[in-house]
Amino acid sequence: MAMPHRPAGGASIARLSFDFESEEWVRALRGSEAERQAAVERLHGLLLRIARSEVRRRSPRLGITGPELDDLAHQAAADALLAITAKIGDFRGESRFTTWAYRFVILEVSAKVGRHFWRDPGVRLEGEDWERLPDRFGFDPAREAEWRDLLAALRRAVEETLTERQRRIFVALVLNGIPLDTLALELGSNRNAIYKTMFDARRKLRAALAANGYVDDDRVRRS
Amino acid sequence: MSGWAELDRFLATDPRDVGCEEAMAMLHVYVELVAQDAGAERRYPGIAAHLRACGPCSDDFEGLLAAIGGPAD
Ligand SMILES: [Zn+2]
Repeated sequence: MAMPHRPAGGASIARLSFDFESEEWVRALRGSEAERQAAVERLHGLLLRIARSEVRRRSPRLGITGPELDDLAHQAAADALLAITAKIGDFRGESRFTTWAYRFVILEVSAKVGRHFWRDPGVRLEGEDWERLPDRFGFDPAREAEWRDLLAALRRAVEETLTERQRRIFVALVLNGIPLDTLALELGSNRNAIYKTMFDARRKLRAALAANGYVDDDRVRRS
Repeated sequence: MSGWAELDRFLATDPRDVGCEEAMAMLHVYVELVAQDAGAERRYPGIAAHLRACGPCSDDFEGLLAAIGGPAD
């Protein structure tokens, strides 16, 4: 995997150049008690506004509304505020301060949404229903003759080429439709680790289909 | 999208893909480049590749993009 750009070492010692507004935020959040209080309050107001519009943006998929949704936004804003004030020294001025701060609140909303699904008893982790595989990829039942062999080969590849962990994660994400973040919580893991496991699994499955003649000109072939 | 295209997309992996952790760590920088139409994909091809393939990270990216006011017109 490629490495993205990282700031040069010793950035905390170097004088960083922030835009004026960002400079003001950092100065106020590290200023006198009165200044700090005022900045924290203003920041909390901004974070709450962002959290509210973010939960609203995600609400059609959430199945929660009204007070519960607003509660989630309040919690996300409060937790983001704590994280931001604790990590203010990490802000390098690579973006505006508010963009850096909003990332915290968006990620808090995202994490809380994952936990919401985790508590949902409707989320199925066990059992595997291979009948659902065609529908997961949107294959038309009326054209089963065209995809039957391909999906049988895919199922065989899942069972024969994946490790037990890769297979389990494939079943949960693809067959059972569990959100990735929810699965990470269930397995005591994290998004990055689950994604990487799935990344390797996807590569292996594609190679297995190619080896069996199901990939032509770099595309999955119709039967 | 037909089943074939969707399956193709699912099975395709980009070797430049940096994974969730790296993408989320730089999301604030990346999102500003996108909002300013300033060559985000050219400067961070590994993050662009990741956001194309990872549903949860691309959802977070969309949220942050909306938070900072969406792409510049
Ligand atoms: Zn990701």
